[in-house]
Amino acid sequence: MKITLFIPCFVDQFYPQVGMSIVQVLERLGHTVDYPEAQTCCGQPAFNAGYWDEARAVAERQMTIFRDAEAVVIASGSCGAMVQVFYPELFRHHPREKEARILAAKTFEFSDFLVTQLGVVDVGARFPGRVTFHDGCHALRELGLKKSPRQLLQHVRGLELVEMKEAETCCGFGGTFAVKFPMISTAMGEVKCASIVETGAEYVISNDSSCLMQIQGVLDRQGKPIKTLHLAEVLART
Amino acid sequence: MKNHVKEFRELAGRYTSDLRHRDRIQKALAGYYTRREEHQTRFQDWAGARDLAAETKREAINHLDRYLDEFASKLEARGTKVFWAPGAREAREYIVEVARRHKVRSIIKSKSMTAEEIHLNDALEREGFEVVESDLGEYIVQLRHEPPYHIVFPAMHLTRQQISDLFHEQLGSEFTDDPEDLTMTARRVMRRKYCEADMGVSGANFAIAETGMISITENEGNARLTTSLPKVHVALVGIEKVLPKLSDLALFLPMLATAGAGQPITCYNTLYGGPRQPGEPDGPEEFHVVLLDNRRTELLADAEQRDALHCIRCGACLNACPVFKNIGGHSYGTTYQGPIGSVITPHLRGLQDWKHLSQASSLCGACTETCPVKIDLHHHLLHNRRNAVRRHPAPLEKCLQATFAFVMRRPGLYALAGQLARIAQPLQHLVQGTILDPLRPWTKTRSFPPLAPRSFRQLWRERKRP
Repeated sequence: MKITLFIPCFVDQFYPQVGMSIVQVLERLGHTVDYPEAQTCCGQPAFNAGYWDEARAVAERQMTIFRDAEAVVIASGSCGAMVQVFYPELFRHHPREKEARILAAKTFEFSDFLVTQLGVVDVGARFPGRVTFHDGCHALRELGLKKSPRQLLQHVRGLELVEMKEAETCCGFGGTFAVKFPMISTAMGEVKCASIVETGAEYVISNDSSCLMQIQGVLDRQGKPIKTLHLAEVLART
Repeated sequence: MKNHVKEFRELAGRYTSDLRHRDRIQKALAGYYTRREEHQTRFQDWAGARDLAAETKREAINHLDRYLDEFASKLEARGTKVFWAPGAREAREYIVEVARRHKVRSIIKSKSMTAEEIHLNDALEREGFEVVESDLGEYIVQLRHEPPYHIVFPAMHLTRQQISDLFHEQLGSEFTDDPEDLTMTARRVMRRKYCEADMGVSGANFAIAETGMISITENEGNARLTTSLPKVHVALVGIEKVLPKLSDLALFLPMLATAGAGQPITCYNTLYGGPRQPGEPDGPEEFHVVLLDNRRTELLADAEQRDALHCIRCGACLNACPVFKNIGGHSYGTTYQGPIGSVITPHLRGLQDWKHLSQASSLCGACTETCPVKIDLHHHLLHNRRNAVRRHPAPLEKCLQATFAFVMRRPGLYALAGQLARIAQPLQHLVQGTILDPLRPWTKTRSFPPLAPRSFRQLWRERKRP
């Protein structure tokens, strides 16, 4: 299968290894991966701030770029939700509404794609360590992804998955919310991290690097040695 | 005029850094979560119950005109005086007038967030009437001269110790940390007040159109005494409280109890359909129902957010909200706190003054997930943000967003911006933590990751090169 990658802007700039890991896993499973270089951002920062015209302008570019893709795999639950859930809303009663819906229907968050589209739960990964999984809110509540990332982790050799008490509680990132209301965002991050620390895990895994930026940011400041990793980085290790 | 954003930021800042407050709220809610989960499973199908509840409210709200007429005419047929109040002022004036006419001195009141919304107590006290709250939590916050902290648990922010101190100071009771003793102290005061009161004021949990009755649900029995002992009973009812049929309560009463307090059913559930009828031994001589609009019809006119009128004020969205749990109920500065408050306050009190509440959210969606009547709460926060920008975009943010869109539509420019950021990054390190640091809102409390040496696009290109 030919898979087209959507690498969100912050993954491109801060966490390119997440994208490379996705490439590795998909190729290991025998698929061809394509990356249209003209892609930039899904438009979520403008959308969430209420600037829907600006968001639409950015989204339109991506819609053109991914028009001919067979399946689009996106390296973030949050940006996935933007394309899958919010593009149709953003383009309601717009001439390109149908196109937005078509793109939404063929776009998948990475773990969701592996499990529900490729039917794979064991990607042949090995990762020795005690880990806990953080549900990104967009992946969990907009896309309904609770099982697939865990199914994938359960099949990683050497990995021990310990659920934290507040797996479904928001980490407090929330895009520009994190800098518009840093005190609230940080307090939420602290609650999340207390729950992570309680598990005794060495790693926090998630399907969203943006949540992990927040979690790592708080953990570092607290002097905790726990490391964050994107699910793809775990699945790429053999 | 008050600067609501500034006040919100100050209070939110204070509460979020108060670790004892955080701990207290977490502990106060821990029992609720367990009980709620337990009682949800007693429903044959909680998800189905939510669908049905949402459907019932949709029907009621979409035909509000018809149901309200039915409700009012049935009540009037039994001698109830119904007053349609377009706004808070009219509602207050009407209630004050009723009190004056009856030469009332003392008023006893049961819990009503709608009365909080129109600042009824202040208005009555200004006219010289004594008003006493009969719900224990409300009584406590009344003694403290503060608004309810939470729409269902008004005093959840206080410890037993604090309440004991308050009662000692104001009521002269002995120090105790036994909840029963504290309750008995309040009860002694309250019993006297019930007998003295000439007028009882209540809210309503539901308004049943079919039978023309209000339904009040409570755990302390105080609402029953408030509404039946004094010779006049005034019930203040938001127009969105309507349910079409009496049998709808079979779903809504257990649902409200479960979602609101983690109870299978609230202790006392009473229906009120009119004043004392001929031959009846008790009940008020006069019964007034004040139907309050107060800009609810503006929300009704907004098809996108109309479902916010489904709200049964159970408070479940507050209990689920990580923002609420950290900033607490008093930071909001609104009658209705938490996600539902952030959604409806801009409609009730002005979007530009209250849009910051919609921005102060990570949009996590825990509220929408928990709402028993399926209000699309967190998406409405997005809608409020969009509407606020449409009407009055902030010049600096507008400029930033326009730049963002300009760059993101030009891949070459986007890549160049990434390269420039890599050059600027060491400079940011020099000023990190100081006021010159552009990332200070982040770096003050969190570490910030460095940009990767090479972007994904660069790595992809290198990989393709033979």
